[in-house]
Parts: sequence; C-alpha cells; structure tokens
Amino acid sequence: MSSWLDYTINGLIVGNVYALVAVGLALIFGVSRLINFAQGSIYLVGAYIGWVAVVQLHTPLPLTIILVAAAAALVGLIIERFGLRPLQNSVRIAPLLATIGISFVLDQLVMLTFSPNPRALPSQLPDVRFQIGGGTIGPLDLLIAGVGITSALLLFVFLRYSKLGWAVRATAQDRDAAMQMGVDVNRVNQAVFGIAAALGGVSGLLVGMYYNQIDTAMSLQATLKGVVAEVVGGAGNVPGAVIGSLLLGLVESYGVAVFGTSYRNLFAFLLLVVVLVLRPNGLFASARQAPPEPLTGTFIAPSRPVRIPRWVLLVATGIFAVLPFFPVSFYVLQTLINAWLLGMLALSLTLVAGTIGQVSLGHAALLAIGAYTSALLSLTFAVPVGLAIIGGGLMSAALGTALISPSFRLRGHYVSIATLAIGEIVSLVILNWESVTRGPIGISGIPPLSLFGYELVSPISIYWFSFIVMVVLALLQGRLLGSHLGRSFRAIRDDDIAARAYGLSLNRYKSLAFIFGGFAAGVSGGIAAHLYSYINHETFNTQQSILALTVVILGGLGNVVGAILGAVALVGLPEVFRIAAEYRILIYGIVLLLLVRFRPQGLLGTM
Amino acid sequence: MTNSPPDALLALTNVNSFYGQAQVHFDLSISVPRGHIVCLLGGNASGKSTTMKIILGLVKPRSGDVIFDGASLLGLTTPQIVRRGIASVPEARRLFADMSVRENILMGAFVRNDRDAIAQDLDKMLTLFPKLGQRLSQRAGSLSGGEQQMVAMARALMSRPRMIVMDEPTMGLSPLYVDRVLELIRAINQEGVSVFMVEQNASLALEIAHEAYVLQTGKIVLSGSARALKDDPRIRDAYLGGSEAA
Repeated sequence: MSSWLDYTINGLIVGNVYALVAVGLALIFGVSRLINFAQGSIYLVGAYIGWVAVVQLHTPLPLTIILVAAAAALVGLIIERFGLRPLQNSVRIAPLLATIGISFVLDQLVMLTFSPNPRALPSQLPDVRFQIGGGTIGPLDLLIAGVGITSALLLFVFLRYSKLGWAVRATAQDRDAAMQMGVDVNRVNQAVFGIAAALGGVSGLLVGMYYNQIDTAMSLQATLKGVVAEVVGGAGNVPGAVIGSLLLGLVESYGVAVFGTSYRNLFAFLLLVVVLVLRPNGLFASARQAPPEPLTGTFIAPSRPVRIPRWVLLVATGIFAVLPFFPVSFYVLQTLINAWLLGMLALSLTLVAGTIGQVSLGHAALLAIGAYTSALLSLTFAVPVGLAIIGGGLMSAALGTALISPSFRLRGHYVSIATLAIGEIVSLVILNWESVTRGPIGISGIPPLSLFGYELVSPISIYWFSFIVMVVLALLQGRLLGSHLGRSFRAIRDDDIAARAYGLSLNRYKSLAFIFGGFAAGVSGGIAAHLYSYINHETFNTQQSILALTVVILGGLGNVVGAILGAVALVGLPEVFRIAAEYRILIYGIVLLLLVRFRPQGLLGTM
Repeated sequence: MTNSPPDALLALTNVNSFYGQAQVHFDLSISVPRGHIVCLLGGNASGKSTTMKIILGLVKPRSGDVIFDGASLLGLTTPQIVRRGIASVPEARRLFADMSVRENILMGAFVRNDRDAIAQDLDKMLTLFPKLGQRLSQRAGSLSGGEQQMVAMARALMSRPRMIVMDEPTMGLSPLYVDRVLELIRAINQEGVSVFMVEQNASLALEIAHEAYVLQTGKIVLSGSARALKDDPRIRDAYLGGSEAA
C-alpha cells in the first residue's frame, strides 16, 4: 500500500464489506425500530461456516458463498422467531437487550466450538494484483465489489418490485397501517432478518478472506462498524447505509494512511459521534431534529420495586461486614471483593441507565479513566493512594460528563450508541496517547492500596476497604434518590418533554447524574488499578460495560440494592457452581435473555 | 351466540375492553346492517377510536364478541380480518409517507393477487378521485391533507372490501374537502360497501348516516336512525362531548 489510489481502493472495498452489515441493520431498524446488536455475531458465524466449508469441505467459491448465506439466514430466522418475536409487546428496551444477550451466546458458542485462536481462511482466489493508474487491485477486491453491487441491486429489485418488498417498505413507514392493509408483520420481520443475516454472514466470509484470518473478536467490531455506518447514513435508511459504509471505509483508510493503523477505529467512532451530535438522523436527513425515539419512560419496563424492610438490609450489611471474622477462605473474600467493585460500577450505571433513563453501553470507559488517573497520580506524582483514588473518581466524573454531554439531547437507542462509541474512543485514546498512558504497553508497578500510610495487602483489609467504599456510595445514592433531585431524574426518564415543560433543565440534571455516576465508577476503577497493579487499554472493555448492564437489569433498573444484589449474584453464582471461565460469558448472555423474557423489571423491580 | 339482528354485517355484542386497569368500554353493543352507513359519535376519550381498533383486531376486548358476516373476528389477526373484507381509513390517514401515491393506493390491494383486475381498479380510483391522476408518482407525504384523505379512501377501496371502517374522515380538512369526502362516502356506500365511521362532527355525520350511536365514556347513551337523532335535543349535548367538553 503506498499511493492514495491504493488507500481509496482499500477504503471502498472495506466500505463494501461494512455496507453488507449496515444494510441489514438498516432493514431491521426500518421495520422494527431495533438496533440489532447480534448482527456482528451472525457475521462471525458466517466467517466460521465459511472456514468449515473452505478448509474442511473444500467447496468451490460460489458454493461457499451460497452455503454461508443460507446458513446465516437460518440463524437470522431462528433469532427472529425465538429470540425477538416473543418480545413483540414488551417494553422497547427488551429486544435491544435480547440482541445483546443473543450476541453473547452466539459468540461464546462459536468460541467454544472453534477455540478463541485465530484461524486462516484462504480466499481460494489467485494471488495476483493488476496495475490500475497508480495503484493495484486484486481478484478478491473485485469479488467483494461484485458481491456488494450485486446484493445492492437484488435488494433494490426486491424492495421496489416484489410484493414482500412493498410490505417491508410499508411496515417500515407505518406498522399499524401496514397491518390494516393485510400485511403480516411477522412475515416481514422474518424476511428482513433472513436477508440481513444472509448479507451479514457473507460479509464475514469476505472479510475473513480479505485478511486471510478469522477470530472471535470480529463480532463486536463488525457490529460497531455496521452501527456506525448505519447511523451515519441515517438509521433505517437503506441507501444511506451503503453510502455511510463507503464513507466510513474511506475515512478509516485515509486516517490510517496519515496517522497509522492503530487510529483506524478512532476515526470510525469520531465520525459517529460527530454525526450523532450534528445530524442525529444521519447525513441525509434534512432537519437537525432529534430522531424519532419514544419517550424514555416507555423504553424501560415500569414496575413497583420490591419493598425490602430496613432491618433486612441492616442484617445483610452486618453479615457481610463481619464475614472476615469467620473462617472463610481467601477465595470467597476475593470473589466478594470483585463483587463489591462490580457493585460500585453497577451503582453508577443503575443511576444513569435506570434512574435518569440513559442506557449507557460504554460504562467501562469510566472505570478506565478512574483507573488511569489514580495509577498515574500515585506513580508519577507520588500522590497517596487514597487521595489518588478520589482523584480518579473526580476525573472520571468530570471527563465522563464532558465527553457524554454533546449527546444529552439524544434518546433511547441513540444514547446507547453514543455511549458505546464514547467508550470505544476512550479506550482508543488510551491506546494512542503514549506520552501519557504509555500506549499498548500499559502501566505496570502501580502501588498497592494504602490508607494513611498503611498498606492494605491482606485480602481481609482489601475486603473491608472495598466493602465500606461501596456501602458509603450506596447510602449516598439512596439519599440522592429520595431527594428532589432523584424525583427530577425520574421525571426526566419518564417523560422528558413534560419534565422540560415544568422547567427542569435536562442538560443540568443529566450532567448531575453522570457526575455522581462517573465518580462511583471512577472510584471502582481506581481501586481496581491498585489491586491489579497492571492495567492497559483492554483492561476495561465493552464486555465489562455489558456485564454491568446485565447486573443492573438483573437487580432492577435504578434500584440501589438491586445493583449490589445483581453484582453479588453474577460474580458469586458462577464461583459457587464452579463454572469454568469460558462458560461465564455464555451464562451472562443466557441470564440476560431469560430476564428480558420473563422478568424485564429485574429481581427487585425498577425504581 | 349473538343477539344482533340477522341482517347485520358487523355486530359488536356486550364488549368490555380495558387499557391496563382502566375500563374503556362498558357492555358496548353496536350493529352495522348490510349496505348501511353507521356512525359512532362521541367526544374525546369516549372510546371511539378504541372501538375501531377492536373491530380491526388491534385491541382485544376482555369480554363480548365481534361478529362479521356471521363469524367471530376474535382470535383473528389484523391481516386475517382485512382478508375477511374489512378495509380501514385510519385516523389522520396514516399514509406510507415516503412511498408514492401509486404505491400507496396499490398497497390497499395487498391481500389480492388478481393483477389485471387490480390495474383496472386503479383506473377506477382515478375516475373516482380525478385529482390523484397527476399525483401518482409524487411522495404521499407531500400531498395536502385533503388529497391524503382521497388517497387513504382509494387505498381502502382497493381491497374490494365489504365494509370500510373510517376514523374521523373529515378531521383537519378544509370545508371544501369535508363536503367532498362526505359525497364520496355516500358514493362508496351506494356501490354496496357498508360503512362504519367514527366522528366527532355529529351534524355532518348525521347527514349521510343511516343509523348512529352516541358513545360517552365507554357507554352507548343514545342510538337510533340518523333522521330521528338529528332532531333529538340530547344529541347536542352528546356531540359537544357532554359535561366533559372543555
């Protein structure tokens, strides 16, 4: 790769691949107003089916493509029928969470079947490159372009000239009216999921061949890129998704040309955030209006919280406080320390996602900010660890709020996308800002926890320290929720227009929620940094953000006690049942799916 | 099963419906005789639109029955109900805004598969609604309210329904279009299509209806022939929304 033409060709080819994912997302969003977070998993499944076909069955290329498309479509149909259709009449957050759960399950199943090690996926095409102008192009580039253009044409013909295609378009415009014309909306959903999955699967196959390698980390990347392209083009806009994808491919390719490979994703997510802030309806929307999302209150399952008598809470707190006096193993204490750290993150997320209704998918970024701040303060400036952790919390509160503030006017799904993108950006900045964060090497030799000069190294002292911090944060949050501030938060969640009409400044209250939440998460990250003594840009990843969300949903959105209960349950139960590490994510996915289906308000109910 | 008169094409019998805890309908019974225009009058929050939704299967009643042409509609999905011969003109038109006018009208024939006859019916719609001829390739969302109402009515007719249910067909239209819409409803009815319409504007509706019902907070408080109701002093209160009117 040398010339600009090469970078342009590369950008367009990669854009073509993104388009196959993004078009599927756009079709699904159009019909169901749902961002399908499982799209990347189908792409992953497509890549591995392709690997089986090519490497084990030795199928010729055309047959491989057909096989992958058919198998992926089948997976898509199964997801629609058994994962999403039962949720048709649930709250809006339910299908969103279900697709996240499904993607966990699918990714883990692929990982357990094929092992997490990368595999080579040969392209079956001759390895030659043709000179054109100042650049070169290979047969695989042409194949990808050909598949992209053919799919676009087929899709156009389908939507424009077939009866089912008309039904898809009509349903996307007005679901109820389409039903009143006799359109069977379930069939439309099926068709759309089948098509989206077939395209996604083929995309995975092509990418695998393009890089000659596949691994299970592809899934999340594909979902993220597809979502970026789709939102850039305008959610639900199929031609927009194609153009958004090509644009994304070019931006990434030129970004890599100028700054280097590790900047690729940074450009993708910056593009997304810029579009979300300036043109939330996509580049091709005429007006700068907020996207058509329901009021957030209808997004989250309403329920009455389970009343827990005060003495039960006191007894439970007491038991956990005196636990170290009993002959419990270090292993149990270690597990509970993890639960308390996750509990702090969950407290933060349940406030932001539950109480004020901003479902964040990038909460791990707050951990990372707190952890890096605390680590650097204590290492570079020799700040006492206790103070450094508080510094981490403050930095997380300030920086986290500042980063999210441009997206305060977004709602529902769009908040989730924006927070996801900001989370990724934080991790990418950490990776690339080597002079401060030490880049990919990470920070090692972080001093252990200490308080007033006394080092906390025994598990018992660490246990007490993290437990006390968490209880204090929980008490503060409980007070907060009972005050007029808490009421204002809930008013904004339930109906932000009405809240504004009563004079509540949305930006101010959302900032307050993120400041408080950012502090709790930052403290958790800070403690973790001193516990681990080594952190890097991958220590706090999207998987942790999703785990925190699962914890919060399990406990009941907005529910303080629920957040802690959820953390103990999700950290503790896999330990109690001695479930091997590789099955845990699978279990989390299944827990999320079951919750969404049978108890969307969580164990203790939303507050 | 049913105690509605045998000539009724559509009959709601003792329907009770709820939104969550709140009861919308109390023992609602309405019948639409074959070939008639029946109008349901009532103010805001009287349960008119929910009545439409119950007929179309979009809301399920907790008790009671909905009989169309001798068979119950309960348990059928909306598309199945449409296939039985009920077309609808939804409240506020609900066109497919980004599809062309032609595509909108043809969407009305979604349940049919006879291509040639559909093409003929499209021509027929253009004679019935001549203005739409020049608009066929335009985005439906770009039409005026009155024109959109024409498209919505043409769309409903394209399924060759036995009955059309309309939710406030004159709402938000200019006086000129209101007259036009009423004329068209009468014309459609004279072709043998039964009409059930929900209206707030009683004086207009009673001009073209055969029978009318007055709904107040979920209960029928008055019913009879349109002619008789027009002279009823109580109708005045009712169509102004009675005591709940602002």
